[in-house]
Amino acid sequence: MNKVVNNVTEALDGIEDNMTLMLGGFGLCGIPENSIAKLVEMNVTGLTCISNNAGVDNFGLGLLLQKKQIKKMISSYVGENDEFERQMLSGELEVDLIPQGSLAERCRAGGAGIPAFYTPAGFGTEVAEGKEIKEFNGKPHILETALAADFAIVKAWKGDTEGNLIFKATARNFNPMMAMAGKITIAEVEELVPAGELDPNFVHTPGIFVQRIFQGEKFEKRIEQRTVRQK
Amino acid sequence: MALDKIGIAKRIAQELQNGWYVNLGIGIPTLVANYVPKGIEVEFQSENGILGMGAFPFDGEEDADLINAGKQTVTLNKGAVIFDSATSFAMIRGQHVQLTVLGAMEVSQNGDIANWKIPGRMVKGMGGAMDLVASAQNIIVAMMHTNKKSESKLLKTCSLPLTGVGCVTKVITNLAMLEIKDNTFHLIERAPGVSVEEIKNATEGTLVIPENVPEMKID
Repeated sequence: MNKVVNNVTEALDGIEDNMTLMLGGFGLCGIPENSIAKLVEMNVTGLTCISNNAGVDNFGLGLLLQKKQIKKMISSYVGENDEFERQMLSGELEVDLIPQGSLAERCRAGGAGIPAFYTPAGFGTEVAEGKEIKEFNGKPHILETALAADFAIVKAWKGDTEGNLIFKATARNFNPMMAMAGKITIAEVEELVPAGELDPNFVHTPGIFVQRIFQGEKFEKRIEQRTVRQK
Repeated sequence: MALDKIGIAKRIAQELQNGWYVNLGIGIPTLVANYVPKGIEVEFQSENGILGMGAFPFDGEEDADLINAGKQTVTLNKGAVIFDSATSFAMIRGQHVQLTVLGAMEVSQNGDIANWKIPGRMVKGMGGAMDLVASAQNIIVAMMHTNKKSESKLLKTCSLPLTGVGCVTKVITNLAMLEIKDNTFHLIERAPGVSVEEIKNATEGTLVIPENVPEMKID
């Protein structure tokens, strides 16, 4: 089944104000940067964004925050972003902070038809407030529910016309689970190849989870913390 | 003299055991990777999806697609593997990782830890810390014994929002190595040149002091 759309404009068609979006990436690694740039241009507002981080001040989801397009962030770690911190502490931005493993699993569960699951993470902390607690093997666990999104936007290294995806290195991170959880999943890829070019043994995300795929125009791939050693 | 960050990392490195998979948090814990004792083989897990994480890349060889959980550019060791975030936390939650080392703002004598939020002032989020401390069997906290205002970070009860409850087993600070059991801090070793009195004064929580408190051996 051909999932290819011509460009980012066609890919993001249907995204409207007040929708819930999942966006892949860890820090600035593996984020769908072409789609984020387009969301800024579309000027959709009131968005709920589910993403592990919120970008930095002038890149990634930070760009949407600057234009106040985001109403609510669901993330695990939001440091490194002054505008985010300002909007959160002033109450302009709603923020739901979730343990990283629970966030990953809640996305996966959303795509896998599992409405909720128990995890030990967050027991005895603010995260557990208002949640059901149950003991298994003598240890308390909290009930976490699955997450869903109107659109999931992921970034892959290679993809084929069927929507099968391969990620590169740690740019994989949340992308595969979010791809599973979107009602409509959009994949932006560095390299789009014909069906048959990817080795089926090494596909990370099967195309069944992807509804639209396009090759991104350019990838800046900004590095957040350049750490090197000398030869 | 009290230990510096590198000294703390070196002392923690002595806790590593052959064959362990180890998750290192951001800050002092990251430095532990530089001081793995000779003859000990461990693999470092980074919760953004690496097992077998290597050193920083050589200048010019950094790859934006290959970072650690602190968002720093890294490399992969031979035999390393990449996976998604759900698989990564399956390793953590499923107790396949033998040791977690992380920083903290406060630790209490019953093993509670607080390291993710100062209400009204600083909210960075818990990242993977809550998942890590809720499941790891072996948790070492690496931190300074006191905060910038010289107040103890080893308390009777934590005042900041918790990251996890009753989970910390060992604390290694610039002054001492302590174990937590029976709702008490147990002084095990002193940093070179640091007196028991000094440690006592810097510890708010209940401290059990044995007759003989040996000095740490740091190379």
